[in-house]
Amino acid sequence: MRAAGLHLGLVGLLLAAHFVLPAYHHGVLARVMVLAAYATGYNLLFGYTGLLSLGHAMFFAAGMYGAGLGVRFLALDPGLALLAGVAAGALLGLAVGLLALRTAGVAFMIVTLMFAQATHLGILLAGRWTRGDEGFVLQGPERVVLGLDLGDAAIRYLAAWALFSAVLLLVLRLVSLPAGRVLVAIRENEERARLLGYDTRAHKLRAVVLSAAIAAAAGAAYALLFGYVGATFASVQYSILPLLWVLLGGAGTVIGPFLGTLLMFYLIDTASGLTPAYMLVAGLALVLLTLFAPQGLAGEVRRRLAPWLP
Amino acid sequence: MNAPILSARGLCKSFGGLRAVHEVDLDLVPGEVRALIGPNGAGKTTLVSMLIGRIAPDAGRILLDGADITRLPAHARVRRGMAYSFQITSVFQRLPVEENVALAARRRLGRDRAAVAGEVARVLAEVGLSAEAGRMAGDLSYGHQRLLEIAMGLAQRPRLMILDEPTQGLAEAEVAGFRRLVRAISADCTILLIEHNMDVVMALADRITVLDFGEVLAEGTPEQIRADPAVQAAYLGAA
Ligand SMILES: Nc1ncnc2c1ncn2[C@@H]1O[C@H](COP(=O)(O)OP(=O)(O)O)[C@@H](O)[C@H]1O
Ligand SMILES: [Mg+2]
Repeated sequence: MRAAGLHLGLVGLLLAAHFVLPAYHHGVLARVMVLAAYATGYNLLFGYTGLLSLGHAMFFAAGMYGAGLGVRFLALDPGLALLAGVAAGALLGLAVGLLALRTAGVAFMIVTLMFAQATHLGILLAGRWTRGDEGFVLQGPERVVLGLDLGDAAIRYLAAWALFSAVLLLVLRLVSLPAGRVLVAIRENEERARLLGYDTRAHKLRAVVLSAAIAAAAGAAYALLFGYVGATFASVQYSILPLLWVLLGGAGTVIGPFLGTLLMFYLIDTASGLTPAYMLVAGLALVLLTLFAPQGLAGEVRRRLAPWLP
Repeated sequence: MNAPILSARGLCKSFGGLRAVHEVDLDLVPGEVRALIGPNGAGKTTLVSMLIGRIAPDAGRILLDGADITRLPAHARVRRGMAYSFQITSVFQRLPVEENVALAARRRLGRDRAAVAGEVARVLAEVGLSAEAGRMAGDLSYGHQRLLEIAMGLAQRPRLMILDEPTQGLAEAEVAGFRRLVRAISADCTILLIEHNMDVVMALADRITVLDFGEVLAEGTPEQIRADPAVQAAYLGAA
């Protein structure tokens, strides 16, 4: 009950922010919500299932290119493009999951990293369609759905809000269901979970596919809302970022990925206004975090104040 | 005699050059308490690990209710009514006691929260851990963690329970509690019990199988085993 109230409260707050925020922060929050949806999907696998992927950018990119290429070459409307992006991410998740889940721990990290590198390379090699590093822009009628122009700041914000809210509430619901509890059990002690009769391999595969699909939804939304599709989003950097956001906000908490994404954005935003070495500030923040709040923001809140936090 | 609930034929397992289990046959009759004894390193844990499917045998067959389960993964065997408690305590340390048990119950009861809660309360009461329901499993005493393992087994309502040295490291009073508990469980469940404490074995077992150097040295009632000269030489004498 408290958990539902808290998360619905956040959803309501973000909607209210639409009407009061100044233009700059309004734009920032739209972007943060899309990236937080990505982080929330990442956290399902990392924080809840205990599988550390170093290649999630491939799923974000699968969604981004699935949607972007669908719009560009198949003239899909943005709604169908979003579905195409999610489908591309889920399929890639299924393929990668089937192979990578033969490994665990560090090997899983390396295998996912290599698949992501291969995906990045594939995007660059298919430059004829993807325009490689340079990428391509979606504009004008390509971003209109049901008469709504996703390039419009208000509509963009509300679309980002809808996506983030859907992902947040989906994950909140999932982790309260038996299937979600099994993921935590796998994280804590996989062999014990298996010997309670759970097909842990199948549960992990489902988690990979769902996590990939959410990452892909975020990637597709990013392409459609911000009008740009580029190979940078398939690079290692975009595999590491969700990990940092989740660590900062609290791995294995529903609200943590959003908090981490938001905080990291403003941290870097503020720091880059002060010093060119702004990544140093971000690095310092992470060092301080591991020293004083190793479980992340929401993780510390749960440990100290609110053990009921999901 | 009843048809066996579990049969093993010719089970073999080697680790490198070491023959941990060699040509073991085993038949468990429904409802019996079978003790599996033998010196350290005799292959007891390796044998039951093959029965539950944690490790694959090099050779041999395993039948559950007459159906070949040799190739079934562990989780599928559990779904067919087998439960296993580890020699080295294996609970979800960072989850509450009640969630540990609920995970065991939910596989059967699914989303029915009331049924799961009822089962958790029942099982925790049975093993005497009701007062600890809200604590983290890792904060329990060692003896209570062993009880929690049993509770997780019970919550699955298994037909066959494999207990690997459940009394290892327990204080004497706790061992007595365990004895009562195992006896109560055996009323509606077949039990394969690996146990070092001979008082416990003699008090609980309907039959005893003695393993030595990976092979079955003897099998029989407690009286027969106690009187068996080979067993005395290999094991009881040494203990
Ligand atoms: N995973 C393993 N790898 C190598 N040797 C093992 C392994 N497991 C058990 N062994 C060896 O197999 C023999 C039987 O071990 P185990 O089945 O644990 O005996 P018990 O449970 O009767 O004490 C021992 O010599 C042990 O060292
Ligand atoms: Mg052993």
